[in-house]
Amino acid sequence: MTPVRYVLMCLSLMIPGTALSAKEAVTTFTLDNGMDVVVVEDHRAPVVQHMVWYRAGSADEPAGVSGVAHFLEHLLFKATETLEAGELSATVSANGGRDNAFTSYDYTAYFQRVAADRLELMMQMEADRMRSIRLTESDITTERKVIIEERNQRTENNPRGIFSEQMSAIQYYNRGYGVPIIGWRHEMEELDMEDVLAFYDRFYFPNNAILVVSGDVYPDEVRVLAERYYGTIPGNPDLTARARPQEPPQTAARRITYADPRVAQPYVSRSYLAPERDPGAQETAAALTLLAEILGGGTTSYLTSKLQFESQTAVYAGAFYRGVSLDDTTFGMVVVPGPGVTLEEAETALDDALRQFMVDGVDPEQLDRIKMQLRASQIYARDNVDGIASRYGRALTSGLTVEDVQAWPDILQAVTADEIMAAARDVLRMETSVTGYLTSDAEVSQ
Amino acid sequence: MTRIFAFIAFLIAPLAAQAEVKIQEVTSPGGITAWLVEEPSIPFTALEISFRGGASLDAPGKRGAINLMTGLLEEGAADLDARGFAKAVEALAASFSYDVGDDSLTVSARFLSENRDAAVALLRTSVLEPSFDQDALDRVRDQVLSGLRSDATNPNEIARKTFDAQIYGDHPYGSPREGSLESVAALTRDDMFAAHRAIFAKDRVFVGAAGDITPEALGLLLDTLLGGLPETGAPMPPQITPEFDGGLRVVDFETPQSVAIFGQRGIQQDDPDFFAARILNQVLGAGGFESRLMTEVREKRGLTYGVSSFILPLDLAASYQGQVASANDRIGEAIAVIKDEWAKAADVGISAEELDAAKTYITGAYPLRFDGNGRIAGILVGMQMLGLPIDYIPTRNDKVNAVTLEDVNRVARDLLDPAQLSFVVVGQPEGVETTVSQ
Repeated sequence: MTPVRYVLMCLSLMIPGTALSAKEAVTTFTLDNGMDVVVVEDHRAPVVQHMVWYRAGSADEPAGVSGVAHFLEHLLFKATETLEAGELSATVSANGGRDNAFTSYDYTAYFQRVAADRLELMMQMEADRMRSIRLTESDITTERKVIIEERNQRTENNPRGIFSEQMSAIQYYNRGYGVPIIGWRHEMEELDMEDVLAFYDRFYFPNNAILVVSGDVYPDEVRVLAERYYGTIPGNPDLTARARPQEPPQTAARRITYADPRVAQPYVSRSYLAPERDPGAQETAAALTLLAEILGGGTTSYLTSKLQFESQTAVYAGAFYRGVSLDDTTFGMVVVPGPGVTLEEAETALDDALRQFMVDGVDPEQLDRIKMQLRASQIYARDNVDGIASRYGRALTSGLTVEDVQAWPDILQAVTADEIMAAARDVLRMETSVTGYLTSDAEVSQ
Repeated sequence: MTRIFAFIAFLIAPLAAQAEVKIQEVTSPGGITAWLVEEPSIPFTALEISFRGGASLDAPGKRGAINLMTGLLEEGAADLDARGFAKAVEALAASFSYDVGDDSLTVSARFLSENRDAAVALLRTSVLEPSFDQDALDRVRDQVLSGLRSDATNPNEIARKTFDAQIYGDHPYGSPREGSLESVAALTRDDMFAAHRAIFAKDRVFVGAAGDITPEALGLLLDTLLGGLPETGAPMPPQITPEFDGGLRVVDFETPQSVAIFGQRGIQQDDPDFFAARILNQVLGAGGFESRLMTEVREKRGLTYGVSSFILPLDLAASYQGQVASANDRIGEAIAVIKDEWAKAADVGISAEELDAAKTYITGAYPLRFDGNGRIAGILVGMQMLGLPIDYIPTRNDKVNAVTLEDVNRVARDLLDPAQLSFVVVGQPEGVETTVSQ
């Protein structure tokens, strides 16, 4: 992929007008200041979800201040020029709504879910905090304790959390996704006002944001309100493309073992560096999406059959691939060994099964069933327009365009068995793999 | 065959938001009742079927049987084995899930209009004719045992297990519904059939449906799906009054962050003061950043990422509980702040402003629940299990708005009891010690 191009494509291809896909009532347009807008209509219930997604996540952080994207997300609930600390959430609650925010590698997003006639108030407050937070030193010191406790809860108290953090760290040599979203503890402890404001003043601008509104709204009314509240905020003229360091080619298999006495159920984790969905070029990612379903998507999948039914090697086997990612992503597998099975035996069984899969190829009936389910998922998705809205938010902050999102279902349907096997051969190579053992026993051999 | 009971639209004051939920009561030719919200705009149906009693119907010495049996429902039925059943579900692009809690076993299904009959026929086999094959039993048992081993070193699970054993004792609520390593290892295929007979019966079934289906079609579906159920199942376990001695118990576990559960006696949903208690808890510790516990423990002091309290009205016991997690050297302070807030709420109550904010939240959030066929089907079942009338929805917010400040503060005085607020702390908390003999 070419990291310089995608932001420009994203903006230039989002021409005003209705881009109504066959079944989802989606409209997109761009404000004069460069803020993209996506509206997903559903008039069954008088509810609206209002989200602002920033093209800024933990992988956009400068070196040495890991966790600052997420820390800033917390601090956006403090005071602004016109709101007191906590007032935004209190106002949402007082209107019967709920609000929150989340940070990932490639994005940070803020949302409120509220009665549809409260949309204007939500926009007013969200637009306010885009450019006018007013933090105090006491906000920094107190909220820093909160994020440390959050890290305690998610990671330090959970051996699986520590293990997956280590897996990512060894998978990605070049920062980015190798650094945990929540941050490394020693760097979190040093985060200060300057770090936070530097991140805010670089990324929190309308031309780096996407407004996504779903529910009982009409595009025209969203446009009027968006122009009133977000349209008056100048974009950042110095915004640069997200050209992040790219991974070097991996030429040697990597291994880790993490032993923790709190582990009661050991398991083997395997991941491979894999291409992500790129704008205008999603075919390989589509093949990998289907490959993950075929190998480890449930009871009828290949690995489950081999490791849980035809042998009792595993109590659980699964495969995972998330194609929505700005930079290279991973294709992962997990095997939880059955009673009396060692991690080494489980790993051997996994590799034997993968070798056999390369010989057996794709079962055409299984592929048909998966494609049928994917077609049906488009029907079921219409019952949850907030889910559709989030899909656009994630995609547009990960380098994809509206056109890419709308083309994706057809691309998935068009994938052939040969393309899936080609993707499997390209990606599932030992020299580009990381294998991890999570165990309670420090004595386990590799 | 179909009686349409109500056409309901509800208005939420002071918000202008209106949601229109038309609930119909459908009685099948065979006499099975369901509530339906017809919503034909998307060609699928969400169906929820709950059986009262849940894991609490485990026979003595068979703890975990209902849970394991529930896990086996999708592992082979009629002439299909586990993988054959899964393939059939996939080919229809249907989705069936089987879940068991303390008070109910719930089957949630969604299926396309284009192949509804085939989906229902398949779903029926899993409910009425599960095979409980020995190899499937052994395979799923290993999964349950694996989960139980993980729970044994998970501080949250240790806290929950310890707390429940303390307050509920030998009652089914007092032990994990998954059972123990020993009890699950001993379960047999016969136990699975017995567990199935205990819970799958017409005398405890509640059905909700939402989506693209007519009352007539739903009536026929009910008889196909559930007509073969026996009339009666196992008797319900007795009510229990949970015990709260006001003590604090530390379970030593080597981990950096201590996890605490706390609680005292609670209030049932059919109590006339339930909404007053609900408002009280909204102010004291319900989710969101505005509660007093979040403000004092997190926002002002940074002692935790999350603290909350919740009213827990189970079918057979009522309690009022909460949870918090803080680093080992800070959990003591978090507990002290929680105790202070509990006492303050009992002594002083809440303010008129807090009452208004809680009311606008609770009434305003209500219509936001009805967002999707699956959610609506679940709500319809919940209403029936609570014995609420079919025209309850438009009256519910009036009940909330009718609560006065005097009501809430009377309930705060009567219900909140700092002396019986009991804690379990799992971790290596500094300066916190067990204050009761175990």
